[in-house]
Amino acid sequence: MEKPTNNAAWLFVIPVVLLVAFNAIMPLMAVVNYSVQDIFGPGQAYWVGTEWYKEVLGDKRLHEALWRQFLFSGLVLLIEIPLGVLIALAMPRRGWAVSLVLVVLALPLLIPWNVIGTIWIIFTRPDIGLMGYTLNSFGIPFDHTASPLDAWITLMLMEVWHWTPLVVLLAYAGLKAIPEAFYQAAAIDGASAWKVFRYIQLPKMRGVLTIAVLLRFMDSFLIYAEPFVLTGGGPGNATTFPSIYLVKVALGQFDLGPAGAFSVIYFLIVLLFSWLFYQVLQNVGKRSAR
Amino acid sequence: MASISFEGVAHSYERKPRGDRDYALKTLEMTFENGGAYALLGPSGCGKTTLLNIISGLLRPTRGRVLYDGRDVTGLRPAQRNIAQVFQFPVIYDTMTVAENLAFPLRNRGLDRATIGRRVHEVATMLELENVLGQRAAGLTADQKQKVSLGRGLVREDVAAVLLDEPLTVIDPQLKWLLRRKLKEVHARYNHTFVYVTHDQNEALTFADRVVVMYDGSIVQVGAPQDLFERPLHRFVGYFIGSPGMNFLPCHPTGDGLGIDGTDIVMGGAWFEKAAERAHARLELGIRPEHLQALATADGDTVPARILRVEDLGNYKLVTAMLGPHRLFAKVPEGQEIGNENTNLRFPPARTRLYADGELLV
Repeated sequence: MEKPTNNAAWLFVIPVVLLVAFNAIMPLMAVVNYSVQDIFGPGQAYWVGTEWYKEVLGDKRLHEALWRQFLFSGLVLLIEIPLGVLIALAMPRRGWAVSLVLVVLALPLLIPWNVIGTIWIIFTRPDIGLMGYTLNSFGIPFDHTASPLDAWITLMLMEVWHWTPLVVLLAYAGLKAIPEAFYQAAAIDGASAWKVFRYIQLPKMRGVLTIAVLLRFMDSFLIYAEPFVLTGGGPGNATTFPSIYLVKVALGQFDLGPAGAFSVIYFLIVLLFSWLFYQVLQNVGKRSAR
Repeated sequence: MASISFEGVAHSYERKPRGDRDYALKTLEMTFENGGAYALLGPSGCGKTTLLNIISGLLRPTRGRVLYDGRDVTGLRPAQRNIAQVFQFPVIYDTMTVAENLAFPLRNRGLDRATIGRRVHEVATMLELENVLGQRAAGLTADQKQKVSLGRGLVREDVAAVLLDEPLTVIDPQLKWLLRRKLKEVHARYNHTFVYVTHDQNEALTFADRVVVMYDGSIVQVGAPQDLFERPLHRFVGYFIGSPGMNFLPCHPTGDGLGIDGTDIVMGGAWFEKAAERAHARLELGIRPEHLQALATADGDTVPARILRVEDLGNYKLVTAMLGPHRLFAKVPEGQEIGNENTNLRFPPARTRLYADGELLV
């Protein structure tokens, strides 16, 4: 049987195609274009093939930035996902307290990213900051502008404070969607609180947790504004993440070729890991049943 | 296995219930006999599920005591009461196989592997699930999932009662009767006390030996399906059971009988004296459409009525007739003459009931 065709349907598809083209495909192609040319100025570009890719892949400072990035994103996922689930489990399910807790939790999400960095700069300053001054007056030297470890601690605290609420909200929505009958059946079957979590709540949260992991991975892997404001990539290069390095190369040194090549590699890494996380999380329950 | 008794049980979802209105379940005295097949029948919001959850211990009643075989279980948790409950929507543990689902309650009690294996196998055979034991429960059809949730209750050998809360709601119509037959089979085999909540009278009447009709938080009648049909103790039972439900004619005592409100018609009969005792109550005559006769020719004990509509439903005709201002339904056998525009209604005295303020008088 022949499928009915109606060309008017294009009218409904074209807006999306145009939007995606302007939004994603054309900028990406521009970057690919830069990555294979040496550009001296308008109209002065020379084809260099894979030259920039070779250079970028051998760049030691980029390697360091990438490993730093993996460490950072790994810590983010390891801390924020379990913490978010724990907080969601502890939240009230009904009553007036629900709206109060939700509003308080959502506050960090509503603050502009560069402001977040400024807040934490002040909070951790050794001379006037609440946290920095308190720690130092207890005899614990703390200064994120001097010590790489302190810079990382500040960065992680800021990141967890800023983004765990998102995981909490997603997990909470997942928990609220579980019908009461599941808890009732578990009570009748004599299941412990741990088993209720393991066999009801966790499997039912899989969908939202997949989204949480993907969002937190992508966002944290591309992090720029907060560390840029907080540390500017320092002390030394201790918090120089690929995005910060990339901006330095592209806009600071105006090396569009290497910056383009690295952007493409950066993009492919994010794509690859997002796909991996998605596959693993979609199949994790299915395999355990075999 | 146990008999389940309610002593003065009442439940309110309000924290501080004041009047009767705040109670979802009004004070109840009721015993479910050991091994009986009961149906709790009533419209949505009448308290059926509340009653069921009080039996299982998911709800603790505001007042009163729940007894299993005379033993007070009011304060016991559901797992300690050892009951099976099947919910409206199938509850299964998605990440487990069917076998693991069935074994779950036994594992939680710490039984040994051999016993668990034996029980799971027995229940799976009984419920015809042995072919899917190794499959993930999430991939099953709705009726198989309901069997799994029933099976999780049945694996415990000493289960006190099997409670079913509208278990066929999400099952395809052509599979409903299969599952219902399975339930009857399970009941016949193990002789557990079954309590089956439904708002579908067909399910209730075909499943249960005893039907408990509930209305607005109270039990209005407990009886065999036949009793409910023949002698509804409350006008609600008459109205709710049967399709269409019982006809009701408002009436009042007059000199020598019962006058039908809004007409000149006076019905004679044995109920007159009883009706006179309750002259201030709201009196109604009730008769089932199956029992009301519509005849083409008048005789001594018929009353004339106007035919509004005749629907041919295959094996019988449903006649809608107006008796004065009152609309009545009569089910008339195929082929019987009923007249053209007018018909003559006969109320067989043995089948006609009199209700005062909704309760059966004669």
